[in-house]
Amino acid sequence: MREPAGEPEAETREVPFRGGGFAPRPRRWAGPLVFVLLIGLLEWGTRTGFISSLTLPRPSAVFATLVQLWQSGALAEHLLPSLQRLALGSLMGISAGIAVGVAIGLFSLVRAGLVPLVAALFPVPKIALLPLFVIWFGIDEGSKNALIALGTFTPTVVATYGGVDNVDRTLIRMAQSFDLSWWSIVRKIVLPGALPAILSGLRVSLAIAIILLVAAEMLGANRGIGAYVLEAGSLYDLERLFAGVVILSLLGIASSWLVSRAEKLLLAWRPR
Amino acid sequence: MRLRVERVSHRYGPTEVLRDFDLDVPAGRITCLIGPSGCGKSTLLRLIGGLEKPASGRILQAGEPPSGCLNPLTYVFQDFALLPWRTVEGNVRLVLEDHGLGAAGMRRIVDDVLARTRLSDFARAWPRQLSGGMRQRVAIARALAVSPAVMLLDEPLSALDSQTRALLMDDLVDLWLRTPFTAVYVTHNLAEAARLGHRVVVLSRRPGRIREIVDIESALQSRSDDDAGLKAVRDRLWRAMREEAMAADRELTGA
Repeated sequence: MREPAGEPEAETREVPFRGGGFAPRPRRWAGPLVFVLLIGLLEWGTRTGFISSLTLPRPSAVFATLVQLWQSGALAEHLLPSLQRLALGSLMGISAGIAVGVAIGLFSLVRAGLVPLVAALFPVPKIALLPLFVIWFGIDEGSKNALIALGTFTPTVVATYGGVDNVDRTLIRMAQSFDLSWWSIVRKIVLPGALPAILSGLRVSLAIAIILLVAAEMLGANRGIGAYVLEAGSLYDLERLFAGVVILSLLGIASSWLVSRAEKLLLAWRPR
Repeated sequence: MRLRVERVSHRYGPTEVLRDFDLDVPAGRITCLIGPSGCGKSTLLRLIGGLEKPASGRILQAGEPPSGCLNPLTYVFQDFALLPWRTVEGNVRLVLEDHGLGAAGMRRIVDDVLARTRLSDFARAWPRQLSGGMRQRVAIARALAVSPAVMLLDEPLSALDSQTRALLMDDLVDLWLRTPFTAVYVTHNLAEAARLGHRVVVLSRRPGRIREIVDIESALQSRSDDDAGLKAVRDRLWRAMREEAMAADRELTGA
């Protein structure tokens, strides 16, 4: 544009910046900082008596309890059975869930038959079924594993068939145009294409597995983190109760970290 | 290998896409199908390659595919259709894996086609790291790997910018000059058809029928933009297309 002749030169200023934001960026320090601040606040509050020792234990005392738990060998005694239940139960639930999810994604008949069933199972609080499972699978490990398996099964099924549905159909047409076999298409296109959805479903499944693990152990176990927490609660031993809670939180963080590792490893091809 | 399309009609629901369509695809030459958008040219290509079944009529192939041909009718797609979870060489290998060629045999073919498309340095790159033009070259390498009898190219350059398009057209000409292949090349771009086609078939708007067939005699390597003969061909094609394009445009906006 040309300035009209004879007009005095207009004031110039910079165009204000209006873009930016709405793009999460990594801030590694923020997460740990929140923990440190919160724990520091609790420590200060319980030491000064601002927070009564009846309402919250002192963080340092909880830490001491954890150390003692570790040294006495009680940690392994409670943690190992819990980890075993978690691993076994979720392994069964997740592998069955992926198999059924892929079958739903691939076969119309299976989809028509099983999607309503999965929808019916999904909202049922699995803990309510524990007494039934005790009768079916026995009071020992069987019922706990089955509970965790069922709890991880339904979210995995839903995530998996959603992932299969979202696989780019043009890639499948391409594969057909090169005469790839049906099995090759499933293995090389459908499964890798659904993998991102399956892995993010895994996050949900593992969190559910931990919740169910504790619930099952609270209802009937002598050993395990859930049993430990229940016992501490009924004795009103806040230090031990919180030590158990900390272990559960760490378990959650560990499982989420494992999924992140798997994503990094298996989904290196994804645009970042 | 020659292809013949005989009285093919096709419809999607109430929409008639092709009516009584006849076409001959001669061997060793590039046949361009050009027409306004939505005229059924991509549908025709899918019918030719057996990805869809025509409502009536048939598609015939005459003669045996040459020996060593792993997939006689091979597509190159507009959106490249590369697997994002496979590297460049992995994408090429995908179409060879079902043929029991052995590791060494596959290696040889992959190296050969990557060299022919000048992609050897990018064998281990992920598709996301490549530009659009490079991705389409990977797709072309993949198509060459199965040594097709007929290449079916569905607007292969339409997703690319015009500079990249010009470069890839030169690549395609080079590939054809080295080993002439039979091709059906669908495009809506006049310049591409005039540059690459030995025969250009202009389609009418929906339902698609042949409006005009133009044979271009000049050799592929001697065609340039300021060629007077080629300009006459382009003008002739444009006159044939113009009316159809305008009518098709009105149809779309009126819908």
